[in-house]
Amino acid sequence: MSQNRLWGEHGQTLLEAATICLVNVTAVGCEVAKGLVLPGIGSFTIADGSTVKEEDLGNNFFLDSSYLGQSKALACKQLLQELNPDVDGDYVDESVDYILANRPNFFDSFNLVIASNLNEQSLLLLANRLWESNVPFVYCRSLGMLGTIRLQLKEHCVVEAHPDNRQFDLRLEQPFEALREHLETTEVTNKEPWLLVLYKFLKVWQKQQGDGRQSPSNYKEKTQLRETIRAEMKSDEENHEEAIKAVNTAFGAGVVPSSLKAIFDDDACEHLHKKVSVDEEYDENSYSFLTSMLQSDVFWIMAKALKHFVLEENKGQLPLPGVLPDMTANTDSYIALQHIYRQQALLDADQVYHKCQDYLKQLSLPADSIDERTVRLLCREASGLAILRGTRIADEYEKSCRLQPLVEDNELQGTLTAYNFALRAYERFLSECGSIPGECAVEQDIGRLKSIAIKMLNDLGLHVNISDDVLHEICRYGGAELHAVSAFIGGCAAQEVIKIITKQYKPIDNTFIYNAISTESVTLTL
Amino acid sequence: MSAASPSNPTIALQSKRWNGLRNVLEREGLFCKDDFTPSADNLDFLQTKSKVLIIGAGGLGCELLKDLALMGFGDLHVIDMDTIELSNLNRQFLFRRSDINSSKAECAARFINNRVPSCKVTPHFAKIQDFDETFYQQFHIIVCGLDSIVARRWINGMLLSMLRYEDDNSIDVSSIIPMIDGGTEGFKGNARVILPGFTACIECTLDLFPPQINYPLCTIANTPRLPEHCIEYVKLIQWDKENPFGAPLDGDDPQHIGWIYERAQERANQFNISGITYRLVQGVIKHIIPAVASTNAVIAAACALEVFKLATSCYDSMANYLNFNDLDGIYTYTYEAEKSENCLACSNAPQVLNIENPNTTTLEDVIKQLCELPRFQLKSPALTTVMADGKQRTLYMASVKSIEEATRKNLTQSLGELCLQDGQLLTVTDATSPTAMTLQLKYQANEVEMS
Repeated sequence: MSQNRLWGEHGQTLLEAATICLVNVTAVGCEVAKGLVLPGIGSFTIADGSTVKEEDLGNNFFLDSSYLGQSKALACKQLLQELNPDVDGDYVDESVDYILANRPNFFDSFNLVIASNLNEQSLLLLANRLWESNVPFVYCRSLGMLGTIRLQLKEHCVVEAHPDNRQFDLRLEQPFEALREHLETTEVTNKEPWLLVLYKFLKVWQKQQGDGRQSPSNYKEKTQLRETIRAEMKSDEENHEEAIKAVNTAFGAGVVPSSLKAIFDDDACEHLHKKVSVDEEYDENSYSFLTSMLQSDVFWIMAKALKHFVLEENKGQLPLPGVLPDMTANTDSYIALQHIYRQQALLDADQVYHKCQDYLKQLSLPADSIDERTVRLLCREASGLAILRGTRIADEYEKSCRLQPLVEDNELQGTLTAYNFALRAYERFLSECGSIPGECAVEQDIGRLKSIAIKMLNDLGLHVNISDDVLHEICRYGGAELHAVSAFIGGCAAQEVIKIITKQYKPIDNTFIYNAISTESVTLTL
Repeated sequence: MSAASPSNPTIALQSKRWNGLRNVLEREGLFCKDDFTPSADNLDFLQTKSKVLIIGAGGLGCELLKDLALMGFGDLHVIDMDTIELSNLNRQFLFRRSDINSSKAECAARFINNRVPSCKVTPHFAKIQDFDETFYQQFHIIVCGLDSIVARRWINGMLLSMLRYEDDNSIDVSSIIPMIDGGTEGFKGNARVILPGFTACIECTLDLFPPQINYPLCTIANTPRLPEHCIEYVKLIQWDKENPFGAPLDGDDPQHIGWIYERAQERANQFNISGITYRLVQGVIKHIIPAVASTNAVIAAACALEVFKLATSCYDSMANYLNFNDLDGIYTYTYEAEKSENCLACSNAPQVLNIENPNTTTLEDVIKQLCELPRFQLKSPALTTVMADGKQRTLYMASVKSIEEATRKNLTQSLGELCLQDGQLLTVTDATSPTAMTLQLKYQANEVEMS
């Protein structure tokens, strides 16, 4: 499957091992599920106590008229499962309120829970339960032309960030021993990769400067180095041309970026816990070792070993990723260079691995809790490692200074922020009034929604208004969920789920708001 | 061509099915477009009168069909020339394993017609080039979910060629068929609204398309360093030399891919290169752009919303280009792509090609420029001209074998030798457009030595 070229076999394996729960099978809920069932999520369970109504047929693709009056959970489970015979589907025809009241630990065993279009009370009950059980939660809203996604993650590590422009880590400023030897002893011909050309002239440049600086740091100095290369270049030396182009990006990698420093300084990195659960059905031949990365305690053991390596053994430099860009050269000289980088990367990763083993021993944990392949991946990706610490959804409903930055000049910043609060007022309306704003009487409900919104904002300590226009638009929808808006939000949310499960690519932090009227979106950290 | 009307429009209108849509279309809104009139006619128009064409029934096309059917559209047509493959099933969700080798357009139409009975989809198992303007004229809006730039350019050219002009040279607005175009690649995508003749068209922004990666032949032949170099070598050189199956290379034939995989592996071993996998071979041979279900869903939804806005006038259309990516968080950016003043397709400006020196520039150089310059990016242009004596002359044409043979000798001749004058007009036809382009030669050097 071509998607594997994006998140790799190991990402796919994590996806295929994941079990998720879908609370409320609205159109947007089903669209999220579709985006997970198609690429092959392990299994999904639907929890919904309602029955299929005619209105549902107008926006939910995973229903048809033969299911009218039957359990919606059953219907959607059947039609979603048709998408992919490799995916297990299950359903419970009970409402989230009923499940929380009677079997609250029902949700604890899932890798992730998705819910949509709840009322405020159910949302907060579910969100709190999932926060306590440390289950990642993705909450979607789709109303009229508006949609939002809120992630609630206690702690999430991104191992492979897949940056759009990856900087290659070449270590020309301070070559490791094997590289230095190769660079010093190889004659620079036009058959050699540009790396050797650049090293040669970097040496010249360093001598010219004479101040012990190792690489050009500003535009002027980079131009100097380029000119030095150009002056010595014969007409058609492609590797010299490439060296000139590379001046801008070849230096400065290998240092600890701020996101990694935050991991090193983290309390969890300082104080390792013993609490690592080992997968009982551990299978050498599968990638299940990687599922152990789902245990963040294992992540922290590796982070600590990485920190030790960088600070105590490698003079503050990251383990070498060992990845080279393509460079014009003859095959042998390129392969030789590639080999030198790969070997060093393996050596560095090996040291980190052994440190991991030391820590495991100290903690009396089994040696196979962490394996070499995982450590190599972590080392290769060290510069992009990031840890996200999310916030509780319920915190947004309590008075705190966190929301203050959203207010400027006594107004909410931006229409999208206003819509987000309007949608929250809408959910409180559902809880308090037991009806849908604008379903029957638009004008009357605008007044009720307005007083709810004013009180809500006041209680939060935000002394602002939401414009009547925005509230009118919300009421005009009368609870309408439009399929295309749900498909947009569903597609986005499905990808966020895949990011969380595979630990690849950075998820949003933490609220995404989309307005289909103006085709605008914004991400807020709430 | 006439399409049957939806099976039961009156029942569809009376049912509660569309309660949500009706709120949006029958109630006043403060953010609505100025000329929007809330009324039951809006849904009636979607259900019984509007007619929308979807080009492509692949990843985007499947989503578009679903989205439009559930946004109340009653009469959809879909064109796709492809059949279903196993590798499509992870995102083209209207197809099942039992559909493999069937027409995408027909399967997709059948599925939607069953699932959403208020919508009637008419499939066309054909190429877009199989139809002329009488076919395209019947639609109110055309939506593209294509992975081919050439096809996009062709339909763009078709819609521009269908514009009619008033006496004062302004465009007759009734001849405009809006085109909504979506494209995805991995976690990135874009959606745009094109009003032919009014807003930026595909050719205006041709430089937005990333250039295809082509490895230099000398690297492939002599100094391979990447697994891709080895695969390209087998594809470009060994295949023709050994002709293993007595047939042209077919990227969908597992035997062919298997053969290339083995040879590429041998070559990689020979050069100590690692990383050849079957999947990589398939990706390189078929130029597979990695596709994920979620990006297709997002981009198709954005396109469907624009179709909905245009068809109902409920909100202003997006102006006019949306970029989306969700590699790092979720990012959207909407901006107004500008019309290019000397656009190949939608401006009336003559296309000028500057020639440094007609005595050293060969016809082959001209063709190369037409293929490589960002503003042209033609595929295999055919060139004809009217000579000073008034005679029509074909300078080069690759598509007809006998003409190619007869005109091949012109390629190595200079423009001077071909007696082409400064300011001479060439007529250029290419797969990227249904209509011919006029190209004017402009010489920088003063004198032309006539042979």
